[in-house]
Amino acid sequence: MSKKITHDFVEKRVGWLAIFAIIAISIGGLVEITPLLFQNQTNEPVVGLEPYTPLELEGRDIYIREGCNNCHSQMIRPFRAETERYGHYSLAGEHVWERPFLWGSKRTGPDLARVGGRYSDEWHYVHMMNPRDVVPESNMPGFPWLAENKLDGELTAKKMEVFQFYGVPYTDEEIAGAKAAVAGKTEMEALIAYLQSLGTALQQQAN
Amino acid sequence: MSSFWSAWIIVLTLGFLVGIIWLLRWTMTNFTGIKEGELMDHEFDGIVEINNPLPRWWMILFWVTIVWGLIYLALYPGLGNFQGLLGWKSSNQNVQSLEESREATEAHREAGLIVQYDREMQAAEERFGPIFEAYAQQPIKELAKDPEATEIGQRLFLQNCAQCHGSNAMGGKGFPNLTDDAWLYGGSPEDIKTSLLQGRVGQMPAFSSQFNEQQITELATYVLSLSGRKVDPELAAAGKQNFAVCSACHGQDGKGNQQLGAPNLTDNIWLYGGSQQAIEETLMNGRNGVMPAWKDILGEDKIHVISAYVYGLSND
Repeated sequence: MSKKITHDFVEKRVGWLAIFAIIAISIGGLVEITPLLFQNQTNEPVVGLEPYTPLELEGRDIYIREGCNNCHSQMIRPFRAETERYGHYSLAGEHVWERPFLWGSKRTGPDLARVGGRYSDEWHYVHMMNPRDVVPESNMPGFPWLAENKLDGELTAKKMEVFQFYGVPYTDEEIAGAKAAVAGKTEMEALIAYLQSLGTALQQQAN
Repeated sequence: MSSFWSAWIIVLTLGFLVGIIWLLRWTMTNFTGIKEGELMDHEFDGIVEINNPLPRWWMILFWVTIVWGLIYLALYPGLGNFQGLLGWKSSNQNVQSLEESREATEAHREAGLIVQYDREMQAAEERFGPIFEAYAQQPIKELAKDPEATEIGQRLFLQNCAQCHGSNAMGGKGFPNLTDDAWLYGGSPEDIKTSLLQGRVGQMPAFSSQFNEQQITELATYVLSLSGRKVDPELAAAGKQNFAVCSACHGQDGKGNQQLGAPNLTDNIWLYGGSQQAIEETLMNGRNGVMPAWKDILGEDKIHVISAYVYGLSND
């Protein structure tokens, strides 16, 4: 070890300190994240996974816009306490087409990873208008404006093209028909369609 | 995981540990040429620094964490494809379907691997399985009289059913009251269990295109009269003319049809409200009542117990 290079070196040079700190931290990412980008289990969709329909896709954007993921996670962890309530724990292959994923970690409300089919559309409607109409103890806010806002579908096809670019198997016909499939529907319908699709790939296998 | 990525993880992880050990030793080396405990050669406003090393206990903590890390990596899966000496896993990770998940669980059990989640489920199955199995042998009518079974049924109800039917099971607008002994699809134990297992889809068609506003008002008035409400007899008589359409599902006498889930219109129990306005709304726009299927979510044994609880609500 040369006598000139001592710890003094980084103590007095903040630029080098930053560079060394970044190298040290990035090792964690290189070990924990990079290999996952190349694993089958994180890239292959689970059996029976279907891409979101145009309406569900729009519903997903409303879910993000309204910040649902701030209180609702979409990630069932492998604990009995969770799987008893929500169903089989989430698999990586269920989320390969999610950009961004909406797993979340703030579990104020129930997990929604498998909420699809659990309640009727009517229930979701009533619940979204005013949650306390069906669950008196609920502290979820109501979202009544969703029933009034109409979708025009102007950007739906474009969104699907972006997802197609990322490898979601949308056909060109589906993209061409996207606007017609969405235009005139309310945001409420879109959000309910999205919720009803969540986690159903695995449920359908059971039948 | 391919052997490349496995090696990638192992080399980086162990290499980093070696790097930390080197860094720790290097930074602990005294390069200043000044002995421990003696003054360093700088001073500001009378403040001087003594060459003091880090406290020994602090240093030991560094070494302990490194040793801890190595032991952990030896026992648990952390180094690429190396499974760890304990054979411990949290859950089935490389699965693409429920089928594969079941197969993986079976394979792990045979190999004697400790899969945390599967162990947890197995322990619960051993403890609660026999209880539910014993309940499944008993007819629902008898089970409804068993206080312990109904208590379990109530817990399951509160967890899974109360969102729609309410925590007191008295329902709400659009969600049936389960305590009043009025049943859309039948109130026998078997009917209740079938509703739970397979779900129900009720459909009241919309009549806004078939009837004009006046006819809808007349029909609603006649429907009200069926449960003995005071109505304008002329309007009701006019409504009766068109009731033939309704009787296809609700029956000539309006007493409903449990095969179709068509409600009894004569009992003054209203799922969507019994005011003139609410009934007109129902006639105009139709109604879609959906009870989701619970077989795959809860399994038959638990549904058996919930059925007993629900049956017991209106059959003491």
